[in-house]
Amino acid sequence: MTAVSGAIRFILNGEDVSLTDVRPDMTLLDWLRLDRRLRGSKEGCAEGDCGACTVLVGRLSGDEIIYDSVTACIRFVGSLHGTHVVTIEHLRGEDGILHPVQQAMVDHHGSQCGFCTPGFVMSLYGLWMRDPQPSQAAIEKALQGNLCRCTGYAPIIRAAKAMGDYGQPAGDPLLAERIALTNGIKALADGRRVEIGEGENRIIVPASLDDFAAIYEANPTATIVNGSTDVGLWVTKFMRPIGPVIFINHLQELKRIAENDSEVRLYAGVSYSEALPVVTAHFPHMSELWNRIAGEQVRNMGTIGGNIANGSPIGDTPPPFIALGAKLHLRRGEHRREIKLEDYFLAYGKQDRQPGEFVESVTIPLLPAGEKFAVYKVSKRCEEDISALCGAFRVFVNDAGMVGMARIAFGGMAATPKRAKAVEAALVGKPWNEATIENAVAAFAADYQPISDMRASADYRLLTAQNLLRRFYLETVGQAQRLRREVA
Amino acid sequence: MNKHQAPITLASLHTPVRHDSGPKHVAGAAEYIDDMVEPEGTVHAYLALSSRPHAEIVGIDFSLVNDYPGVLGVLTAEDIPGENDVSPSHKHDEPIFAQGEVHFWGQPLFAVVAETRDQARRAAHRALVTYRDLPFIADVRQAQAEGGKLVTEPLKLERGEVDAGLAAAPRRLKGSIRIGGQDHFYLEGQIAMAVPGEDEDVTVYSSTQHPSEVQLMVAQVLGIRQHAVTINVRRMGGGFGGKETQGNLFACVAALAAKKWNRTCKIRPDRDDDMTATGKRHDFVVDYDVGYDETGKIQAVDAVYAARAGFSSDLSGPVTDRALFHSDNTYWYPAVRVRSEPLYTNTVSNTAFRGFGGPQGILAAERWIEDIAYALGKDPLEIRRRNFYGTDTDNVTPYHQVVEDNIIHRLVDELEASSDYQARRAAIIDYNQGSSILRKGIALTPVKFGISFTATWYNQGGALIYVYKDGTVQLNHGGTEMGQGLYIKVAQVVADAFGIGLDSVKVMTTSTGKVANTSATAASSGTDLNAMAALDAARQIKERLVRHAAKLHKVSEAEVHWVQGGVQAGATYVPFGELAASAYLNRVHLSAAGFYETPKVHWDRATGRGRPFYYYSYGAAVSEVTIDTLTGEYTVDRVDILHDVGRSLNPAIDLGQVEGGFIQGMGWLTTEELVWDDKGQLRTKAPSTYKIPLASDVPPIFNVKLADWSSNREPTIGRSKAVGEPPFVLAISVVEALSMAVASVADYRLAPRLDTPLTPERILMGCERLKREARG
Repeated sequence: MTAVSGAIRFILNGEDVSLTDVRPDMTLLDWLRLDRRLRGSKEGCAEGDCGACTVLVGRLSGDEIIYDSVTACIRFVGSLHGTHVVTIEHLRGEDGILHPVQQAMVDHHGSQCGFCTPGFVMSLYGLWMRDPQPSQAAIEKALQGNLCRCTGYAPIIRAAKAMGDYGQPAGDPLLAERIALTNGIKALADGRRVEIGEGENRIIVPASLDDFAAIYEANPTATIVNGSTDVGLWVTKFMRPIGPVIFINHLQELKRIAENDSEVRLYAGVSYSEALPVVTAHFPHMSELWNRIAGEQVRNMGTIGGNIANGSPIGDTPPPFIALGAKLHLRRGEHRREIKLEDYFLAYGKQDRQPGEFVESVTIPLLPAGEKFAVYKVSKRCEEDISALCGAFRVFVNDAGMVGMARIAFGGMAATPKRAKAVEAALVGKPWNEATIENAVAAFAADYQPISDMRASADYRLLTAQNLLRRFYLETVGQAQRLRREVA
Repeated sequence: MNKHQAPITLASLHTPVRHDSGPKHVAGAAEYIDDMVEPEGTVHAYLALSSRPHAEIVGIDFSLVNDYPGVLGVLTAEDIPGENDVSPSHKHDEPIFAQGEVHFWGQPLFAVVAETRDQARRAAHRALVTYRDLPFIADVRQAQAEGGKLVTEPLKLERGEVDAGLAAAPRRLKGSIRIGGQDHFYLEGQIAMAVPGEDEDVTVYSSTQHPSEVQLMVAQVLGIRQHAVTINVRRMGGGFGGKETQGNLFACVAALAAKKWNRTCKIRPDRDDDMTATGKRHDFVVDYDVGYDETGKIQAVDAVYAARAGFSSDLSGPVTDRALFHSDNTYWYPAVRVRSEPLYTNTVSNTAFRGFGGPQGILAAERWIEDIAYALGKDPLEIRRRNFYGTDTDNVTPYHQVVEDNIIHRLVDELEASSDYQARRAAIIDYNQGSSILRKGIALTPVKFGISFTATWYNQGGALIYVYKDGTVQLNHGGTEMGQGLYIKVAQVVADAFGIGLDSVKVMTTSTGKVANTSATAASSGTDLNAMAALDAARQIKERLVRHAAKLHKVSEAEVHWVQGGVQAGATYVPFGELAASAYLNRVHLSAAGFYETPKVHWDRATGRGRPFYYYSYGAAVSEVTIDTLTGEYTVDRVDILHDVGRSLNPAIDLGQVEGGFIQGMGWLTTEELVWDDKGQLRTKAPSTYKIPLASDVPPIFNVKLADWSSNREPTIGRSKAVGEPPFVLAISVVEALSMAVASVADYRLAPRLDTPLTPERILMGCERLKREARG
């Protein structure tokens, strides 16, 4: 029998918090602003897109606390057990002295109306902790999830470039406190399950992966919340009831990344940010896509498991994973099964997942030598935008110059992530040349009948999908002409 | 010296002082209305919105609403003691709550008042509304096709013999451009909090650019007189025009609830509702007919500017007027006729947005310039120059105002040289010849922007200054702070006038209780009006202090001089604090109300003649882009700007306005797309679907300079010029550069004629269309 605790416990700035009565859909932002009356963090959108509510959440990784920027508006309080939450109110010293990051922002005129500013400061603080002298590219990446409508960002970028001159992380006024807090955080991870509330107000924070599997099997109508980057919006935008909720973002076993000579296995709780190094190492072509998924805060929260499990037709990981032949590992209680990832997506809003069953991991075969692979995302705005379409291409061309194998998958072109089997058929067995490509593009219309919506028209989607195949071909023959943002 | 005439040099002005709230912004300590400590018993209101674009309301069943926990009740049109109207045009066409009929998807039907915002919001979605659908008008072209109903009187500007000029022109072209709208996306959404007082009194904290209008609206809606209503606004989290009139409704609903239940009431819509229920920048369709000669010189222009006004007039009259006022940009038209059509549509009523129609007016003008250039196979910059207003001749606008302060020639010459425009353009043409998929473009575009409210009576400012016995100053004026740095600029003026440090001047929350009958902080005029009014107030106190000092130290008034930190009275230096203390003891009045009225401006709308603008601001920008002809994606690689703010009161603040204005304009013209579905519902209503620029959209090379040699020829405050709106228009250079890149796919032989916003889709489809047309 697993030991049970009756309180969500974490540290808010310098203060221990223990909550025994909190709703599962209580967001961190509402709790900060309404319950704690800490009103420095702002609500700009309540959907994790503008970053005005950015706070840092520290979690134990080995012996140290790692701080992630997150959007408090879609993070639930129930997911904070065993963490250290740092808000904008904590940065300025009690003597009124501004933190180096804050002073750099003031001196470089980085605020105008000021409403987005606390979020920018928190994102920059997170960046400064690990990279006090960041490049412009690093700054832009750290700020992908922060919108400013006044400054045009230029003075904020200037402040970010200068912030290292105002102080270094080793001299961070908050560093001593963090060291002292580490033991407190460790003590909170006491191996007990947390359970509070009843019925729709019930929150369960499982003690382990096995504990989670058992709880979910017994409570198949509960909502699983991992990164909350999707479920958060069910609450803030659609006011949907989500209780009872099982929070699993803390489970270390779900954050495993296993690699061998032939495949990479990502467990469901691995965030986009955590997956980036392994993705970059094994699938260099995917790293551009990876850095264009949402903004930094959402990549810190959102998980591979969630991106697949929710079955969205516009999730960005399924197309490349399907093209690479990924397998999905599902689990219900102690029962496990394995399916092809592409078979998981049955129809719009419908997946091959039984009650009480969850996505435990996904295995992605490494690209065999000699195969060609690429993935392209197309969106209205380059960064922090949902794909109009996302296409992944993989072919094997044999020594005779003939296509031996082709796997192509798209998001944004159908009601689910879907393979382009007609296009594949038009390629296989043909010489890998321009004539074959020009012949094959016509088959896209057989594979996809995309819709027109606010992201793109059907005509644009179809034409661009065809052009992406052309682009892929050109890249394989050494004619990669890609847009590059050239920054210092 | 005329009391309105400012000294040309002010000792400590013109320095890059930081925004007064900067240290609070970065600490999360700057208070916005939602951050204020609510009085005990505060309740919350939430709007219920229509889900039809045009329909008869058959009935609303509130039973599920009233049953919801925490609900105090609902507010409908029947609960309004005064007028159910917040129309700023006073045409009585904008009800707070729809009655009988809804005219757009998102129109407020009623409000729910509950103990918490969450309860009010959830309850508001529980009403059962029955509609009978009516036909609806979705956009400008449909509105024109179905009778062209207008929400307000159109305007015509005319000068010269247009028909004869067109007929006689050696060359002629006709065309049209669709110009998209834009959501303000202020980071702080609409919000108001109303605190009931005794008798009829109510105090409203409103996120508004126009406190005096909110005061009027609240009084009108409550059926009380204006002196019972006080509006306060310390700061807004962005405005951009979106809080010039759009805050009225929220303030009125909060006030209605506050008075009905005698409890403080706060109202704040969520982002989706904010974007659905409040007005935006007008989208336009401009049809033009232009006559010109073989050199590209324009001979006559005839154009119709049709705008999506939405369901009510709001500010669509003055917005479409301003579009016509800018249909010339920097260009002399020997004959011109431009007309506006502010069209009724079943969409939210469009409103003020930075530039106020001016950017749309200018974009169309740049389009016909571009068309001429492609028709003649010339660099558009050559056509621009050929048509620039002269300095002494060819300088009369379509509204018969003489352009007296033209500096566009010098600005463009300097920018052309500093940006190395000609060499880069040649290099780009070379590059494009050798690049099949990626193509580049470059463009230099100018801007001339008229400064003053075209409603002449708005061109007045008020201020109220208190000097305390310790020499500290409270500064009140009628302008509101939305991030643009108005407070610090006016504080600089007052500190400078008294010779004291900025830390001795406290800028107070803008309040109708301190300065009455103020104008909206809009039309880029905040500093021009309010700093001059504050200076007038300071001048009055200074005159009294000089008299006092002369008497006290037994010298003539001419022997009293203002020096840093106080006055020099003959041989005696008196610190300002001591001066104030002794003035008090000698019964000298240490408060003053100041006033300013902009000179020279007048405008007769009926004849289309006058001088609506006190002066013009100028600027120019060069943008360079690269497009991907496989997907339509693009990058803006480099932007160079040279902008005229006269003699800058604060170069840091002004630079921020230019950079920020440009990027906001770039968003309008590139990724910010408003999409309505076939049911009439706006689908781009949150940052997940409506894409404003990010840090990574800022050009990697972004050289922004103020024209430091410029000085306003009119005696404005410190000879400065307005800065809020004009730089927004500089982003048109991005459109023109993208056009050039697209035109390259047809060897620059065809005018690309792209509509905005230039999403990747429009770029790709433009490339495809030009390739088809080039093939014949």
